[in-house]
Amino acid sequence: MANSGISTPNKRELTTKPRLSDKVFRGVATAGGLSSLVILGLILIFLGYQGFQVLRSEGLGFITGSNWQVMQDNAGNTDLKASTFGIAAMLIGTLLCAALAVSIAVPISVLCALYLTFYAPQFLKKIMVAVIDLMAAFPSILFGMWGFFILMPHVEYWAKLIHKYFSWIPLFKMEIPVYTRSPFVAGVVLAIMIIPIITSVSREIFSQTPLDRIQAAFALGATKWSMIRAVVIPYGKSGVVGGAMLGLGRAMGETVAVYTVLNLVYQINWHVLIGAGGNVASMILLKFGEAGPTETRALMAAGLVLFILTLIVNSIANAIVSRTGGKGR
Amino acid sequence: MSAPTLKPTKPWKLTSKQRALIVGNLVIAAIISYLIVLATPMKGRLAYLSIFFIATILINFSENYFKRGLAAAKDSVATSFAAAGLIIAVVPIFSILLTIFDRGRAGLNFGLFLHDMKSNGPNDPLNQGGLLHALVGSGIMVGIALLISLPIGILTAIYLTEIKGIYSRPIKFLVQAMSGVPSIVAGLFILSAIVFPITKSSSGLMGGLALSILMIPTIARTSEEVLLLIPNDLREAGVALGGTQWRTISLIVVPAAKSGLITATILGLARVAGETAPLVLVSGGGDAVNANPFQSPMGSLPFYIWKGFTFGTPESIARSWAGIFVLLSLIFILFIAARTLSGSRSKK
Repeated sequence: MANSGISTPNKRELTTKPRLSDKVFRGVATAGGLSSLVILGLILIFLGYQGFQVLRSEGLGFITGSNWQVMQDNAGNTDLKASTFGIAAMLIGTLLCAALAVSIAVPISVLCALYLTFYAPQFLKKIMVAVIDLMAAFPSILFGMWGFFILMPHVEYWAKLIHKYFSWIPLFKMEIPVYTRSPFVAGVVLAIMIIPIITSVSREIFSQTPLDRIQAAFALGATKWSMIRAVVIPYGKSGVVGGAMLGLGRAMGETVAVYTVLNLVYQINWHVLIGAGGNVASMILLKFGEAGPTETRALMAAGLVLFILTLIVNSIANAIVSRTGGKGR
Repeated sequence: MSAPTLKPTKPWKLTSKQRALIVGNLVIAAIISYLIVLATPMKGRLAYLSIFFIATILINFSENYFKRGLAAAKDSVATSFAAAGLIIAVVPIFSILLTIFDRGRAGLNFGLFLHDMKSNGPNDPLNQGGLLHALVGSGIMVGIALLISLPIGILTAIYLTEIKGIYSRPIKFLVQAMSGVPSIVAGLFILSAIVFPITKSSSGLMGGLALSILMIPTIARTSEEVLLLIPNDLREAGVALGGTQWRTISLIVVPAAKSGLITATILGLARVAGETAPLVLVSGGGDAVNANPFQSPMGSLPFYIWKGFTFGTPESIARSWAGIFVLLSLIFILFIAARTLSGSRSKK
């Protein structure tokens, strides 16, 4: 045949070797993926580097002491030897507020998640899930201002009631009747802030409950509540714990909302109703304005402690949540 | 004899009698709570609500106990508690929205979007000055954050879902850990790494960098979820047509996930738009319009609100509420946009 004008194409070489474009692409994507490692590492390194001076001169006292005093020498520079930096009061205050917030928020969130997953009619569920997601996107300064102007009078009233009836519990004891801007108020505001987080984590876990187990429970004649108790709660327990810890991490790192509703006092205070508390993040914001170079370094060291603390809490939380989530699918 | 006519029944729906019973129970509970508050020294809304709640539970419990036994009675109590949980969780949201609407109105006027605070103090009458500088500053800083976070976030998501290299498990873990970094730590980090040793002055760029640290994990996590929803068939089809992995992902997977990736971006924007603490630390917060992110302090919406609140006079606080009104409207618009975009995807 006369088709000499058409050249038969050469046989293509079949290969499984990645092309150059793929190599570049993989390299770039890997670099992007490793950025989170780099950023977290840099945070550790730089905060540690800047705070090193203070941490070395204070030693363990930085965490166990509760004095924050800046001394100046004759030339007007900060004298590191004479100054003391200790954040124990603030650390304890942070943990106290966050623990209070979690213990208020967890029951409410779990009940709310149960209602949304198993009780609510479809239209209500859709609306409420959107509303709660929206609440998770509210900026913290909004919670702070709302907490200060609207919520605080109510919470003070609740605090007075609690003091009246439960003052025999050491936590609720108070000698001086000052209810304004107490850790209790901060705890309630933080609880409202973390309810959306714990609710959405719990809802996700509850909705992954294996359907066959739910149906088996109903087939055996269970009511909704006995089904929840026998199937959903054992299944979702650890997920809820993980969600609560995520909330705890968020509550510990919260700055502005706590700053507005908490009266920062440099003293270890376990009585949650008294208007004097501590919070590392708010303390950093408060002291930052008039801090000299050395004090700023001390604040960076405090930030390092806060960072490590939240990192630990969040890591445990995520490990728990992801382990529970995988089981049902 | 005619065949018996059967009416279709809907046993899952409440009959009108059951409905009436529910409403009746609530009314009885309300009356009881009113009477108890009248008769005893307990006063106030808290008393009404708690007695109403207890009365509802008791009425429902006894009704179900006598009709259907203990298990059903317990079930009714659990239902009441779960519903109460939802109500308690939702009440603050509506209270917040109402408050902002109520208090934000006073400070709202057109001049707000045309003027800055260069020649006005926070204590001036509300019709003078405005938040133009804050809007411009917020826009620039969030824009910078977006420019940095979008590529990094999406590349991270692509690494986690498409490449699945040996580091994907630890990276997934680290991204989750990063989303828990407190906002003030992000600010302190920029302060310690750049402002303190190098530039020695605050600027909009620093604010943008601090925000990007908070934005990257949000974008990465949402994008990862979106990319996971893309069916594997699409990837296999791309490879079967002779595409390299790069071409498959850039021409098939990412376009297919476009609306989801935009949603992820919007959620990232909403996440950082209201961040206050890092901006207070590193952006300075000027009062005049400053469009240059490399020099001199830059105002921002959260900083404007913060400043008004800490100033503490009625006028400055009214300014703050107006600022919050604007900020929340922006977040609301972003949120609605994200919802509408992701609505077309099948939700779980």
